[in-house]
Amino acid sequence: MTTPLRVNGKTTAVNATPETPLLWVLRGELQLTGTKFGCGMALCGACTVQIDGQPTRSCMTPLSAVGERGVETIEGLQGPQITALRRAWTELDVVQCGYCQSGQLVAAAALLKATPRPTEADIDAAMNGHLCRCGTYPRIRAGILKAAGMLNNPGVAS
Amino acid sequence: MQTATPTQRRSTGARRKFLLATAGLTAAGTALVVGWSLLPVRQRLQRSQPLPAVPGRPALNGWVAIGSDDLVTVLVPKSEMGQGVLTALAMVLADELDADWSQVRTAHPPPDAIYNNIATVVDGLPFHPDDHGIIRRLADHLTAKTMREIGLQATGGSSSIKDLWLPMRQAGASARAMLVAAAAQDWGVPAGECSVSEGRVLHNRSRRSARFGELATRAAAQPLPDNPPLKTAAQFTLIGKPTPRHEAAAKHDGSARFGIDTVRPGLHHASLLMCPTLGGRVASFDGRAAQAMPGVAQVLAVPPLHGGTGGVAVIAATPWQAMAAVKAVAVQWDHGPAAGLNSSGIQQQLATALAADDGFTYLSRGDAPAALQQAATTLKADYSAPLLAHATLEPQNATVLFEPDAPGGARASVWAPTQVPGLARWAAAHVLDLPTDRVDIEVTLLGGGFGRRLEVDTVAQAAHIARALPGKPVQTFLTREQDSTHDFYRPPCLARYAAGLDVQGKLVAWQAASAGPSIVHQYLQRQFGLPGAGPDKTTVEGAFDQPYEWPNARVRHSIVPLPVPVGFWRSVGHSHQAFFKESFLDECAHAARQDPVDFRLALLKQHPRHAAVLRRAAQAADWGQPLAPAADGAPRARGVALHHSFGSIVAQVAEVSLDPQDARRIRVHRIVAAIDCGTVVNPAGVRQQMESAIVFGLSAALGGEVTLDNGQVQQTNVHQLGLLRGADCPLIQTEIIPSTAPPEGVGEPGTPPVAPAVANALFALNGQRLRSLPLRLA
Repeated sequence: MTTPLRVNGKTTAVNATPETPLLWVLRGELQLTGTKFGCGMALCGACTVQIDGQPTRSCMTPLSAVGERGVETIEGLQGPQITALRRAWTELDVVQCGYCQSGQLVAAAALLKATPRPTEADIDAAMNGHLCRCGTYPRIRAGILKAAGMLNNPGVAS
Repeated sequence: MQTATPTQRRSTGARRKFLLATAGLTAAGTALVVGWSLLPVRQRLQRSQPLPAVPGRPALNGWVAIGSDDLVTVLVPKSEMGQGVLTALAMVLADELDADWSQVRTAHPPPDAIYNNIATVVDGLPFHPDDHGIIRRLADHLTAKTMREIGLQATGGSSSIKDLWLPMRQAGASARAMLVAAAAQDWGVPAGECSVSEGRVLHNRSRRSARFGELATRAAAQPLPDNPPLKTAAQFTLIGKPTPRHEAAAKHDGSARFGIDTVRPGLHHASLLMCPTLGGRVASFDGRAAQAMPGVAQVLAVPPLHGGTGGVAVIAATPWQAMAAVKAVAVQWDHGPAAGLNSSGIQQQLATALAADDGFTYLSRGDAPAALQQAATTLKADYSAPLLAHATLEPQNATVLFEPDAPGGARASVWAPTQVPGLARWAAAHVLDLPTDRVDIEVTLLGGGFGRRLEVDTVAQAAHIARALPGKPVQTFLTREQDSTHDFYRPPCLARYAAGLDVQGKLVAWQAASAGPSIVHQYLQRQFGLPGAGPDKTTVEGAFDQPYEWPNARVRHSIVPLPVPVGFWRSVGHSHQAFFKESFLDECAHAARQDPVDFRLALLKQHPRHAAVLRRAAQAADWGQPLAPAADGAPRARGVALHHSFGSIVAQVAEVSLDPQDARRIRVHRIVAAIDCGTVVNPAGVRQQMESAIVFGLSAALGGEVTLDNGQVQQTNVHQLGLLRGADCPLIQTEIIPSTAPPEGVGEPGTPPVAPAVANALFALNGQRLRSLPLRLA
């Protein structure tokens, strides 16, 4: 039995059983390895994807719970938010080992879409579930604020 | 000033034996060693085996290849684990080459002795940094020679830049001279009239120029130049310029491949369930239920390998199938020697060893016991630090393909996020009964290292597991629970300090003793089967090797063997010894009623670089000025610490307050750090590493603790490891002291000072002196 799954705009029939966490369907069957395995218990945020725009921990989301909703991973995520975030990440030298950064960027893009002018408290609420062992937290915060600035003032060169 | 090298009171010959053992030369005849030792350290430019030929991309030496497309491939033998080493080492070579930076790429080379890490082993010798005597110089030289021949290709000990600073500059300069020679030959002009700029060789008089890509093939055929001149610091064009990391874009779009992202045709996945007791093994198991589950290919037992713990593994078609099926294996465990070991028992063993006070002496200056007796004021305090996990965000994993029927005989391929590719390759070969040269290894990106990936337990396990499914690549990965409970932990340590002040409040006596297990003893045993013996610098680094001009001082450490695997954890011995030393020094300053910065400066009169770093941090943090309360009105206070590690000097000032809603919750608002790491290759990288090291140290200071119950680690996932999160992360300001001294370590030196800076700030805030990590207010 296969299950249709819409990822990054493309629907694929996947073989995994309904209880298989989305993370392992993405990483295994679909070979979309940008979404990372960190803790398996929704404690670290490395596996974050967007489901219908909502940041979601794919390690605790069974395939059966996705249904017809669209999944966006770091490989497929598009739009002004992720574009601005990537630019800010580059300008501020955010990444180090980079393992957590797919999840950080996917969550930050969802935050900026929902809250174009995030406060410090908004950033804490959206990002505090994301661990970074390299300690890039201050730059992630600065990167989100910088990307928000780019989006809100598109004419202003950063 | 007098400094002493370690001595063992029980045996005068122990030190020399240790040096030889370190060098792996116990079997070598003394005469042979002496004769050989007079030869210089061998070249690190040309590989013993040429690099695999890539058409149109000739190698000019073991470190750089240039394509007809003008792309310059710098071969970096160090693993990228976030520290920015691909970028920094490419900068070092490309600067001497005068390459066009936009055309520079990086790749990992296949193993060769020229890539073996010399600096970190020389650094591991137990000498005080101020010791420049003949014995130290001889030991450094001998060790450098030995490591060039038999050492390890290792990324660790904050040594990458220090280790390759000269070889990679020489490689760049040599390649540049060969390109110039090729152009000069083509043009019939003297090489001395040619210059090089941004990937082109120029002859100004005849207005000719050629791109590197046009010259590469003929350049590769030129003889190796003798000692091509190296640039002076003033001539550097890349070194010293903030440079974004090479692999950043791939880490922004998910295309960066870590070990766990290895995808090969026919890839299978293995999940491993190890004995919950560290060092235990499988007594018996019943895998029938697991074998019947969907996708399962094999169920097998895995013995303890390279210091790891034994377990059962399931190989399946998908990772989830493997994870689900391994839970269905019924196992009887043999819990081994750690069964019954508890954290309280460890603490008791360390206390007993500390009381016996019969360890190795690493520093002996003046007469500390007598000075202590004569002092006007004496202070005594005990300090302690717990076991700690590395918690790399990428769980341990390795992918192995075993091909017993390959043409030319059995062979294997390994893909691994490792800090020690040579050792990993050897471990896989050993497990698979193959000659080492029948095993290929590809080092992937590392999702954090921090010392955890200096171990090869996972590679050995993965090789053992892949042997059960020949012809198919098998990726073995640990769940977070398995990773957390089967680490090689930062050793626990207990310390007893005593100091004496004269009537003016001057520090006249300093005594430090500590007790804990030895990483090096365990490492030699688990990797090479060698019995560990003698002193181990890593147990006591940070306590004995510091710049303070204590007139009378004695520093000792007692090694306490424990059946708990301990390993290298970012900054190693410094991670706890700095906390003890800088906290106790702060106690002395307060007892002397002196300012903690001034008190330290008085002990650094002959160490101007250290004094300058301390002054810079203090000044940048407005030390001595009033500090405004936090936004919620909570009073704030500052604390300071200074530490020398991995050749670099770091001072930090921490600003802390207590949460008005929860007075036991420590908040760190800001860390101001100053570093002197000699020549700075990439200032952007130095800043990143300081921030990273500080956050890493802060996690340990505020919440990190691993505890054992019956030999089983109680912390199973990241929420129990006290890891700092974004909302609690302080602002971090880094001041870099300009220097043209040789480059020193950067990845670790930021970690040691943060815990004592925070503890000292807490004392300034509320008078509580916290002497155990993690810091917990009463």
